[in-house]
Amino acid sequence: MGLEEKLPSGFLLTTVEQAAGWVRKSSVFPATFGLACCAIEMMTTGAGRYDLARFGMEVFRGSPRQADLMIVAGRVSQKMAPVLRQVYDQMPNPKWVISMGVCASSGGMFNNYAIVQGVDHIVPVDIYLPGCPPRPEMLMDAILKLHQKIQTSKLGVNAAEAAREAEEAALKALPTIEMKGLLR
Amino acid sequence: MSDETPNPDKDLSAQNLPGQRGDHGEEVRVQRGMFGAQSGADTSGYGGLVRSVRLPGPASRPYGGWFDEVADELEGALEEQGLVPGNAIERTVVDRGELTFHIEREHLVRVARTLRDDPALRFELCTGVSGVHYPGDKGRELHAVYHLRSLTHGRLIRLEVSAPDADPHVPSLVAVYPTNDWHEREAYDFFGIVFDGHPALTRIMMPDDWQGHPQRKDYPLGGIAVEYKGAQIPAPDQRRSYS
Amino acid sequence: MTTPSASARETTEGTVYTVTGGDWDEVVRSAAKADDERIVVNMGPQHPSTHGVLRLILEIDGETVTEARCGIGYLHTGIEKNLEYRTWTQGTTFVTRMDYLTSFYNETAYCLGVEKLLGITDQVPDRASVIRVLLMELNRLSSHLVCIATGGMELGATTIMIYGFRDREMILDLYELITGLRMNHAFIRPGGLAQDLPPGAVDAVREFVRTMRKNLPEYDKLATGNPIFKARMQDVGHLDLTGCMALGATGPILRSAGLPHDLRKTDPYCGYETYDFEVPTADSCDAYGRFLVRLEEMRQSLRIVEQCLDRLEPGPVMVGDKKIAWPAQLALGPDGLGNSLDHIKKIMGTSMEALIHHFKLVTEGFRVPPGQAYVAVESPKGELGVHVVSDGGTRPFRVHYRDPSFTNLQAMAAMCEGGQVADVIVAVASIDPVMGGVDR
Repeated sequence: MGLEEKLPSGFLLTTVEQAAGWVRKSSVFPATFGLACCAIEMMTTGAGRYDLARFGMEVFRGSPRQADLMIVAGRVSQKMAPVLRQVYDQMPNPKWVISMGVCASSGGMFNNYAIVQGVDHIVPVDIYLPGCPPRPEMLMDAILKLHQKIQTSKLGVNAAEAAREAEEAALKALPTIEMKGLLR
Repeated sequence: MSDETPNPDKDLSAQNLPGQRGDHGEEVRVQRGMFGAQSGADTSGYGGLVRSVRLPGPASRPYGGWFDEVADELEGALEEQGLVPGNAIERTVVDRGELTFHIEREHLVRVARTLRDDPALRFELCTGVSGVHYPGDKGRELHAVYHLRSLTHGRLIRLEVSAPDADPHVPSLVAVYPTNDWHEREAYDFFGIVFDGHPALTRIMMPDDWQGHPQRKDYPLGGIAVEYKGAQIPAPDQRRSYS
Repeated sequence: MTTPSASARETTEGTVYTVTGGDWDEVVRSAAKADDERIVVNMGPQHPSTHGVLRLILEIDGETVTEARCGIGYLHTGIEKNLEYRTWTQGTTFVTRMDYLTSFYNETAYCLGVEKLLGITDQVPDRASVIRVLLMELNRLSSHLVCIATGGMELGATTIMIYGFRDREMILDLYELITGLRMNHAFIRPGGLAQDLPPGAVDAVREFVRTMRKNLPEYDKLATGNPIFKARMQDVGHLDLTGCMALGATGPILRSAGLPHDLRKTDPYCGYETYDFEVPTADSCDAYGRFLVRLEEMRQSLRIVEQCLDRLEPGPVMVGDKKIAWPAQLALGPDGLGNSLDHIKKIMGTSMEALIHHFKLVTEGFRVPPGQAYVAVESPKGELGVHVVSDGGTRPFRVHYRDPSFTNLQAMAAMCEGGQVADVIVAVASIDPVMGGVDR
């Protein structure tokens, strides 16, 4: 990196939070959770042209116990839902979830008996990624945004405080149906 | 539906009511009104319209092409087995270049075995079963449709069997065509057609504890309304439709 | 209780039980006496090498698989039911997402079915048919590439995966150029195509054929003669012709058993009878034979693609019947792809009929005379059949897909039982099931 050469007197001051965030975001291990079309785009992202290795996460772990990121790539059926939750429960903390594609995010065009209308009914989602399927560039953008989120996430007391604030904000937020303006 | 189209409906002066078949064919449903308006608030003038939906009816000889050959061979082979063809084959439909035999369900296995084994027929490949639910076709609501392909002769025919909702039993073809194993499980899962003699008739797509058979017409689509900013779009099956 | 299961004694901490008795000694003894190591292993539905959300239930004796069963349905999407609530044209958007690696085959099969019901099969313009064939053969290439790539990856051969995805990426670029999307195109519509080829597409495809001709031998060099690859693939996943026929297996599996059955030859559609190509076969009935068949099919597909390019004549890509032809003329506007302003000006300003057709088709859709039709196309995986039923309405009454992956996957048990655990992966990969197609 050459970072150590540029330090003025050989040491660097930072907070534990930032250091931990930096370490965590730099080696995220995604679990392979390919379900449908999006899984193919996820594999493409890992392959030669898009080369996810540039962000230190080309190694998709087969075992959820070695992974800290779940990319839910595709439509989640009612039959798959318990399996998905179990895989999520097996992942060690801290863990993050990217809901890749509209089907995982909201059920998408498959508004029917078979598909869970959004994977956030089952697991907490950090990043919703639209697209059907999203391009590899979009997946990389989502991953970079997640990196940012991990970098700035809080620890310990601060984390509890941040969670409480987020909860309060969510309770105060205007429901979608009461919003005004253009349909978008 | 243009003028030069060889459309079976064309000669029945049904330009304004496409899909009309006069009184030919097999009635599967009676439709009232048009444009999907059901609440009586229809101002189009079509609200009181009553029309019957009819599928293509039985054809009479000659069927044309190799269809006659297959029908002859099948009837002959059934007669050899001491079966009156008229009892086994309910009717024969020729439509859109496809040959369909409607088979009485108790004779299905025999007919299928004959179609597979007779050297002049040789329908070796079954492409599975497709269930269709006609709730308006009283007494024969559930149809199981089989497509048989002959690699030897390069032919394709269709067998159709029906069963009432009250007694949804159709004999299994797994013994004749093992490929039908999963297909019949699928048709059972989605339509509730019970294939008698199937080695393990269990659900295949839906979870084991699922209630109902989701692709029947009386099973709702199960979608939910979607909220946008200031608006709500009902689920696809709750919206106004034009059928 | 006749025999106490544990002796108890009182201590200062409370009652302490000593569990020794019961029938456990007997159970343990008899378990030790049975010398078989029969265990049941559940593999999937979330497993890195089961090709998607396929669940395999294997009964294993040592390293030998004694019984193998599939659990499917983990990707059941209810597409067939959803189709019944959309117009005939909107249906293509759904069917393209069934087997997401062979989108164009799903679309073509569906559209051929609808066209057969409408009785307009002969009116589909030649140019539309040629472009359909072109896209389908490109799709065969990309599907086989994914099969070989992921199959290699599941064997541990990561290089072949990188190669496969590299070449597939070039095909995806062509799709993007032609249809605007990398996957899930909904480009083929009842009556023709959504729009014509964009400028530069023919040259781009020609360029691709040249590159691909250069790249295809690399797979031969990398894998065909590779002793490790052969050792893993040969005589694995054996299914002979009898098994194929009984289980209804089609596609590369049937052709690897030596029968040159290909619907493009035996029951041609889209004018396939006029193209010059061969149907490759192998006689080894195993995974290696299927690999060779797929490789050769890719070469044949390139030949067909070239022939398509040579016979592309200018002309319409949608039937002339204005009551069926989707009235859009897409163009890139300031806010993205949409109806071209010229077209809007024309229908709004000068042509009342066009406006009515547009309104009727977009809001209501066209009606299809009642009846049923079955159309089958040769997808990269085998016979992809569509059973379409209409009740005369603007929406399908029932659409059923006979997906080749679904049918071929039934052969998994026949291929795996009696073999080694490690060979299960090879056998499943050689079937090339795509769960989107299996479960629909």
